[in-house]
Amino acid sequence: MEQEYLLEMTGISKRFPGVQALDSVGLKVRKGTVHALVGENGAGKSTLMNILIGLLKPDCGTIKFDGEIVDFNSVSDALSAGIAMVHQELNPVPYMTVAENIFLGKEICYKNGLVNDKAMQEETSRLLEQLGVFIDPASKMLELSTAYMQIVEIAKAISYNAKLIIMDEPTSAITEDEVEQLFKIIRLLRERGVSVIYITHKMDEIFTIADDVTIFRDGHFIDSFPISEATEENIIRLMVGRELTQLFPKENIPTDEVVLEIKGFADSKFKNVSFKLHKGEILGLAGLIGAGRTEVIESLFGLRPRDAGEIYIKGQKVEINSPVDAINCGIGLLTEDRKLSGLFLPLSVEDNITVVNIDAYIKTGLLSHKRMSEDCERMVKLLNIKTPSLSQIVSNLSGGNQQKVIIARWLLPDSDILIMDEPTRGIDVGAKAEIHKLMSDLAKQGKAIIMISSELPEILGMSDRIVVMHEGVVTGELTRDEATQENVMKLATGSK
Amino acid sequence: MPNSQKSSSNALKKKTIDSQSFQMFFVLIGMCVIMTILYPPFIRMANLINVIRQISITAIIGMGVTMCIITTGIDLSSGSVVALAGVVAASFGKGDYPLILPIILALIAGAACGFINGSLSAYGKIPPFIATLGMMSIARGAALIYSDGRPITGLSDAFNFIGGGYILGIPMPVIIMIIVGIIMYVLLNHTKFGKYVYAIGGNQRAAVASGINVKKYLVIIYTLASVLAALAGIILAARLNAGQPTAGVSYELDAIASSVIGGTSLTGGIGTIPGVIIGALIIGVLTNGLVLLGVSPYIQTILKGVIIIAAVLIDALRRNRG
Repeated sequence: MEQEYLLEMTGISKRFPGVQALDSVGLKVRKGTVHALVGENGAGKSTLMNILIGLLKPDCGTIKFDGEIVDFNSVSDALSAGIAMVHQELNPVPYMTVAENIFLGKEICYKNGLVNDKAMQEETSRLLEQLGVFIDPASKMLELSTAYMQIVEIAKAISYNAKLIIMDEPTSAITEDEVEQLFKIIRLLRERGVSVIYITHKMDEIFTIADDVTIFRDGHFIDSFPISEATEENIIRLMVGRELTQLFPKENIPTDEVVLEIKGFADSKFKNVSFKLHKGEILGLAGLIGAGRTEVIESLFGLRPRDAGEIYIKGQKVEINSPVDAINCGIGLLTEDRKLSGLFLPLSVEDNITVVNIDAYIKTGLLSHKRMSEDCERMVKLLNIKTPSLSQIVSNLSGGNQQKVIIARWLLPDSDILIMDEPTRGIDVGAKAEIHKLMSDLAKQGKAIIMISSELPEILGMSDRIVVMHEGVVTGELTRDEATQENVMKLATGSK
Repeated sequence: MPNSQKSSSNALKKKTIDSQSFQMFFVLIGMCVIMTILYPPFIRMANLINVIRQISITAIIGMGVTMCIITTGIDLSSGSVVALAGVVAASFGKGDYPLILPIILALIAGAACGFINGSLSAYGKIPPFIATLGMMSIARGAALIYSDGRPITGLSDAFNFIGGGYILGIPMPVIIMIIVGIIMYVLLNHTKFGKYVYAIGGNQRAAVASGINVKKYLVIIYTLASVLAALAGIILAARLNAGQPTAGVSYELDAIASSVIGGTSLTGGIGTIPGVIIGALIIGVLTNGLVLLGVSPYIQTILKGVIIIAAVLIDALRRNRG
C-alpha cells in the first residue's frame, strides 16, 4: 500500500511566450503522505500547481489522480475531483464570517432558497474541531490572524473532501508557534489518508514534516526521493545547482557609536519600548506576530502616530512625525509586505529605485534622466539585480530581485539607518543568501540595520544583538553569544 | 505569476505594456485608411484639421482626467467645470476688460473646484468618484446661478479669437491643445511631480513610505485637472461666442473614454499624454467619419460605446494572456 500513488503527473510541459516554464516534468505523490516540492523561484513549482488545480492547461503530459486520467478545465473541476490549494497569499472575503467563507459557492440553503446560517456555522465548528482548533464560525475573517485564516482555508479544503491539499509556503506569514499548530494539523490530515503537497523554501520544515521531497530547477525535474535519504546540503545543492557556502554571513563586530536611540515609545499596541542601535550593527527585533515590532518601527519612521516616545539620532533629539522627517534623518524603511507597501508594481525598475532620491536629479525643474540611469545602473551592478533593463516593469522581477530594488531605493539617498521588516520573506534560498551577504556588507560599511524577522535562524544568524518583544513590551535583550533558539522563544512567548 | 517568469518573457511583457498607446496609434491610422477608402474627401487637410479642432477640448480635459485616473482616482466634475469656467469667462469677456482677466478668473474658478475635489478626496478620505460626482452637481448649479440660467453673450472679438481664431491656418484650440500637451508631457515624464503622480497611482502606501506627501500631491493633481477643464471651458465659450451654463454636459465621459482608449489603466500607475490624445482622435475620427458617411447619429452613439469597451477588452485580454 505504501507505494500506491494518489497523484502521478508525467511529461508535463508548459510554454509561456518566450519561456519554457516546465519542460517534461513529473511528480508522484503517495497516498497519505506529505510531499515537499522545492526549488528556487522560477523553478516552475507554481506553474505545475496551477496546472494541477485547473488554472492552466499543460501543453502536453498526463495527470493521473486517484487511479484515473484527469483533464481539469477549471478550479472547480479539480476541487470536485478532490484537489484543493491553500495559496500563499490568502484571499478571504474579509467582511464575511468564517462559516460564510468556508461555504462560499456551496452555501447550505433552506428549501425556500434562503441561506441557512445556522447549519453552516454548525458544520464549520465541526470541521474546525476536527483540526483541533476553536474559532468562532460567526466571527468575521478580518478579525482572524493570518495563521487562523490559513487554518480556515485548510478547513475549507477538507469541506470539499479533498484527497490532496496543496500548501504554497504556508509558513511564510505565521510565527514559529503557529507553525507547530499547522504541522499538527498536517499530521492529522496525513493520518486520515489525505496527501499534502508542501511547497516551501525552509529546509528545517522539510525535514520536520515531509515524507518525500521533489526538487525542481529552471522548469526541469531534478530529483525525487524519500526524506530519509536526503540531507540539507544535498537538497540545497540540487535546488540551486551550485554550492552555497554560508547561509548567514554576518561576521563583523559593531562599534560603540550609538546612531539611534528610541526612548519610551508608547501607543495602543506597545508600551515603554526603548533600544539603542550602534553603527555597523544589525539589531534583530524578534517576537511573535502581534508583538508590536512592526508598529514600533512604523512609529519610528513616522508612518504611525504614537502617544509618547523620544528619538535621538547620534545623540541629538529629533522629531519624526512623517516619513519625510525620517528620510531627512537618514532612515530608510523596507516595509514588511513588498507588494502591499513597498513596490510600485506597474512602474519600471528605474522609477522604483529613484523615487526616494528624486530631488537629487532635479536640474532647473526637470529631471536628469541620464543621471538617474547612471545611478540605477550602479545599483543594479552593486546589488546584482537581475533585470533585462532599467525600464523593465518591476512586477515582472522575482521576489528576491524586487527586494533588492527596494534596498537600492534606500541606498541611493545614502541612508545611515536601514530598517528591514522581514527582508527575506518569500524569497528563494539563493537570493536570500545574497541579501544576507548584502546586509552584512552594509553593516561593515558603517550602516546600522534594524531587522525584523519571524524566522529564528535568520534572527540568530544575522543579528549582533537581539531585542525581543512580547505583546508590545520589550522582554529582553540578548547579545549574539547569549542568543539561542530557546531563550529567544522564551522571551518572545513571555514565559518566565 | 511574476515569480515563474524568466527574463526573456519579461522583456516581451514590458514591450506590450509600453506599446499600448502605440498600438492604438495603429488603430487610429487604420481607421483613417478605411475612412479614406470609403470616402476619399475624408483625408483632405481641411477635414483633418476640423477633426483635430473638434477633439481638442476633449483632449485638454482628458489630459487632466488621465492624471486623476493614473492615481486610481477619477474626475466626474470636468463637464460642469467647463460650464462654470465658460460663464465666468464670458461675463468678463466683453466690454473693456483686458483679455487676461476672463482667462485668469475662469481658471481660478476651475482651480477652486479642483482644490475642493482634491481636498475632499485626500484629507476627507471621500472616494474621488463621490467627491467629484458631488462637484459635478455643485459646479453646474454654480454656473446656472452665476448666469441666471441664461447664456452670456456679446463677447469681444479678442475673446472669441481664443476659440475661433487661426494662426498660420491652424485653429487656436488646436494650438492650445498642442501647447498644453507638450507641457503636460514634460510635466508627467520629466519632473518630480510626474514621477510622484505615477508612484501614487502605482502604490499609494509605498508612496507614503517613500516620503511622498501623497495628500498634498492629490490636491495639486485634482486642482490641475480642473484648471485644464476650465481652460477647455474658456475655449468652448469663445467658440460658441457665449458662456452657456448648460454647456459641457457629459464632456467628462468623453474625456474618460479618450483616456481609457489611450491605454490609461483604472487600476492606476499607467497612462500617457500621447495616449489620451490618440484616444480622443480615435473618437473624433469615428464621429467625423460616420457623419461624412451619413450614418445615423444614433448608430454613432452605439459605435462609440463599442469602441470604448473594445479598447479596454483587448487590453484586458492581452494582459490576462501575459
